[in-house]
Order: sequence, then C-alpha cells, then structure tokens
Amino acid sequence: MKNALGGVDTVLLLGGRSEIGLEIVRLLAGLGAGRVVLAARDGFDPPDLGAEVHVVPFDALDVHGHGAVFARATELVGDLDVVISAFGVLGTQERYDADPAAAAEAVAVNYGAHVSVGLHAARVLREQGHGTLVVLSSVAGARVRKANFVYGSAKAGLDGFAQGLGDALHGSGARVLIVRPGFVIGRMTKGLAPAPMSSTPRQVALATVAALRAGAPSVWVPRALGPAFRVLRLLPRALWRRLPR
Amino acid sequence: MTTFLTGWGRTAPTPARLARPRSVGQLRELVASAPRRGVVARGLGRSYGDAAQNAGGLVVDCTGLDAWTFDEGSGLVTASGGVSLHTLMTALVPQGWFVPVSPGTRHVTVGGAVAADVHGKNHHRDSSFGAHVRSLTLVTAGGEVLTLRPGHPLFAATVGGMGLTGVIAEVTFGCVPIRTSMMRVDVQRTADLDETMAVMADSDHRHRYTVAWIDLIARGRRMGRSVLTRGDHATPAEVKEAPPFAPGALARAPAWVPGGLLNGLSLRAFNELWYRRAPRRRTLTQGIAPFFHPLDGVEGWNRMYGPRGFVQYQFVVPLGAEETLRGIVATLSEHGSPSFLTVLKRFGPGSGGLLSFPMPGWTLALDLPAGGRGLSGLLRGFDRRVAGAGGRVYLAKDARLGAAMMAEMYPELERWRRIRDEADPAGLFRSDLARRLRL
Repeated sequence: MKNALGGVDTVLLLGGRSEIGLEIVRLLAGLGAGRVVLAARDGFDPPDLGAEVHVVPFDALDVHGHGAVFARATELVGDLDVVISAFGVLGTQERYDADPAAAAEAVAVNYGAHVSVGLHAARVLREQGHGTLVVLSSVAGARVRKANFVYGSAKAGLDGFAQGLGDALHGSGARVLIVRPGFVIGRMTKGLAPAPMSSTPRQVALATVAALRAGAPSVWVPRALGPAFRVLRLLPRALWRRLPR
Repeated sequence: MTTFLTGWGRTAPTPARLARPRSVGQLRELVASAPRRGVVARGLGRSYGDAAQNAGGLVVDCTGLDAWTFDEGSGLVTASGGVSLHTLMTALVPQGWFVPVSPGTRHVTVGGAVAADVHGKNHHRDSSFGAHVRSLTLVTAGGEVLTLRPGHPLFAATVGGMGLTGVIAEVTFGCVPIRTSMMRVDVQRTADLDETMAVMADSDHRHRYTVAWIDLIARGRRMGRSVLTRGDHATPAEVKEAPPFAPGALARAPAWVPGGLLNGLSLRAFNELWYRRAPRRRTLTQGIAPFFHPLDGVEGWNRMYGPRGFVQYQFVVPLGAEETLRGIVATLSEHGSPSFLTVLKRFGPGSGGLLSFPMPGWTLALDLPAGGRGLSGLLRGFDRRVAGAGGRVYLAKDARLGAAMMAEMYPELERWRRIRDEADPAGLFRSDLARRLRL
C-alpha cells in the first residue's frame, strides 16, 4: 500500500534489465519498498537492490504470456503498489530503413507489448483499488522526428495509450504516471552523442520517484522539456524537418 | 456504494464499497457476501491512518448498530459496536457514571475503542479500554457470533487487533461512578523536559488523570518545557454547582480551509501562546468536555492541515528508556518540526491485548503536516530508535510504518497471527493497514 507520505512496499519492474527501471527500484527500496519483482528475459542475474528481490521470466513479444507474469508477481508479493513498464529497444533509423521487418518488431516491443502489459496492469490495479503504472515514454514521441521516426512513432503511440489509460482509470484508485525523458545517457544510447537537455538514468529515476510521491500524472525529465516541447510542437513542419537530429 | 475513504489524517484515500447494516443479522449477511478483497469494520473514522480502509473491498460502517443498555447495580454497559462514547457520556454522566477510559476525542465507537485498545489520561492507573471489557461478541469470518471473555486467546487477539479478527458486534464493560460532572484540575508549568518527567513520575499516582503538553518549538535550555494538567472527578464539596454534562461543538472549522493555515509560523505562535497563557501553578474546576476533549470543540479540526492532510506519530518507550525519548524530543526541537499539539504521558500496565499499544513507559504523540520535507526519513529514524529501545508506535495513529518495523515493535505479532489465522484462515478481514504492515 502507498502510505500517507507516498512510500510504497511492492514494485514490479517489467524490463528487469532497464537501467532507468532499476534505478527507480533502487530509490524506492531506499525509501522503504521491501519487495521487488523483476520481470526479464531468461539468464538474468538480479543486482542487489536493498530489498527482497524475485525474478520472473518475461518476454515482451510473448504477449500471451503477459497475464501469467502478473499472476506470478501478485502471488509472490501480493498487491502491486507500483508497476514500471520500462522495457524497450532503440535501434537506428538506418537499420530500420534497411530492414523493415526489424522495424516492425521494434514497434511491437516499444508499443504493442506495452499495450498488452498496460492493460494487464490496469486490470490488476483497478481490482486492487490502488497502485500506479509507470510508463516510460519519451520526448521522441512528443513530436516525431525524421532522425528516428520508427522509434518516435512507437513512443507517440505509447504516450497516447498511457494518457487514455490514465483517464480510463480515473476514479478507480489506480493511476498512470507517464515519464518523458529527453536523451538519456546510458547503455541504450551508447555511442550516440548526447542531445541538448540530456539526463542520466539516475536523474530520470529521481524525477519519477518525486512524481510518484506527489501523485502527478506525468513528468518531463528534465522539467524544462515540458515547456520546450509545448513550443516545439507549434514549429512549422518546414522548419521541423530541417532539424539536424 | 463505492466511496473513497481516508482516516482522520486525510491521507492516502482508497475506494471501497461502503455498507451500513442496521442489525447483527444484516452484518452477518454482509460478512458472508464479502468480496475477494475482504472486509473491515469502520466506526467514526477517528483512526488517523488506513485502519478502516479497504481498497477495492468492502467496508462496513458500524454506526447503524447503536443499541445499548446500562445496569446501575453492576455499573456495566452493554453496547453495540457502533455506539459512540459521546452517546454514552451524554446519557450516563447525569446519572453519575463515566466511561472507564476516554481518548482525546469522545467521537469514537465502542467497537473502535476495543479494536484499537484506546487509552486516556488515566492509563497510568486504569490501563486501556480493553482492561475494562468483561465480554464481547465477535462476528467471525465463518459467520458465527462468538461471545469472548478475558482469557480467551481470540479475546486477546481482538483487543487491539485493529478489526482483523472479525467485526465487534457488542461489548460489555464496566463504568466508574462520579459524584459531579466537573473536574478538579491542577495546572502546572514546567521549565524543561527533565522537570516535566520528574514531576509526572513523582505525582502521577495522586491523580486519576494526568497529561503534559510539550512545547516542541522551544530549544536549548527550555527544550521540552510543558504545561502539565492533572485532574480528578470533583466532589460536591469542591464545586458549588455542578452543571449537567453538555457537550457539543463550540466552534466549527470552515468547510474549506487554506492548506497553509497550520504552518511553521502559526504553529510557532500557537505553541508560544499556549505555554504563556498557562499559569505557573493553579487549581481550577473544569467541565468534562474541555478537560478530556478540547479538540472536539472545533468540529473538523483535521481539515486545518489542508488538502494534503497530516500524520500523527505516537510512540511509547519503556521505563528506563528516557534517553531515547529525550533524544527524539531534541531532534524534533532542532528539526523545527511544526507540531500543533504534542502530548506526553506516562503509561501504566498494558491490558494484555497481543497487538495493544500501551506498555509501562513514556508515550509521546505529535501531529505533523504530511507535506513536510524530509518527514518520511525523520520518522523512519525515530522508528529505529523507538524499536531499538524496545518501544513501538501506535497503529491507530499510524499511516506510514513498514512491515519489518512492525514485526520488530510488536513481539507478540506471530502469536497474534496464529490465532487470527485459525479464526480467519482465508484472510477475509483485511484493511489497507493490514496490507501495508503485512499483518
């Protein structure tokens, strides 16, 4: 249960290897979360998180197996106070241009699988009457750019899905928190030059935990990206398409 | 009807189906039809945290179970779980009887008083509410109506059991005779914490009721300065004319109060004023309501903390652990934590309830706005100090403790679990508090 001061007890992280996801879990454990379920592909050795950790096998593309992941997680720790949907693949636009099948598969992970996970989470949290689903969206979806429009379009879809889900859950006691980081310097972006207003997984996690405790519906990381994108969304397309990246 | 419920602190609301039975028969039907998420009883909602909430489940509002009788020969009241102490006092005081234990508000139900095993200013002499219960009837998970007496394991698990062994349908308990409806009160100001504790330890036994209000904002040499009140029911010789007991809200907080009304500045001013207006030493006569329930005079005072609500932190440390108490008061005083009313009391023996809060020692209770920065970490630090000293926090006030600390603070928890599991193997009786603390 979320307590009076915003602390939680149980966390399910889907995408158990996610740097941002693990960083969020680490912070929540430091604030008192006692039991964590990491859902990840096979062969995963969980790091020490300062809490009781369970590992459950999870394959994002095996959407028919998602229900079982939630069933196992609730069996292990009871009510889920926080569910973090953090899995994803980045990939380069060049590669997707050359291999449309790989692009479709990436979209299936970055969007389709999140839809399945989100709906399962919604069912569980609605029945519980409490709990927050944290969805890792991205500024890439706030306005899709030509430099990574496969990835960006999946994130745009995910962001819209998460907004709709949050509205659908209104009044049920369950919530959705949408996290929209800019460029995150980490394993996923290794070899790429950081963009302006980039952040680290830890900064994203700190902002996420603060938003969780405050019960906010969404958070941009860094915060300045919010107002920046309100303006950038209005930029004429002729200008937008000339952006270098 | 699905409703979002909170405790008195107005934090962490969760939705539940709320039902209000008018008879034990209806209550049994509700328990039998409880959903997968379980059921818990609720009275007047004076628990500060999530004890009477059940996210996604059923909450039974017991205030419709309101029958009671009084036998003057034995001084015994038999009351349905939903009868409030206010109702009983209003009727019994003019007849010369008083409830055995009254917490800081009289707007609690008899069922809630047993489930939280509430205490009052007379704990050092008379223990807690559970110690005065002769028998109680419990609607169990199996739908039975059991009559339990002291000595029965399920009785010990129910007194202080936070409603998790069943719904308390009826309670029989002893009342105390009084000769007037007035209190003879001795008020004394003390200079610091050591004097407060010394005076309490020396003179508690001479009075039925004692409590100290502590100015937590005073620092340094004046740290822990207090206003001590010690009282007894007055005799006819002590009061010329004893007015009948006439409680009632004297003032009402407006429905909407700006969130910052109780902030650092106003609390500083309040604490200073409260200490200054108290006489150095004086004896006076006072009505029952202002003596026992000063805050009941301001209806809905919990709204003054604004929309984010507040938490109350109440702990007890055993006698001999005065250093821990002193250390926590010093931390609070340094931290500048704005607490509205901080109360210190010396406890006597416990009642035998397995999850009862009181134990012989010192208890401190403070209110803190929930939005305060660093509050979570501050209180978790206190938890460790309290548990390390063999103390505990009060579940009826708690809204943020964790499961590991709970197990450390309540050594009888395992025994309580075994008794509960036998009475309720499927875990039908559940609350948000039970989930949070993994009871």
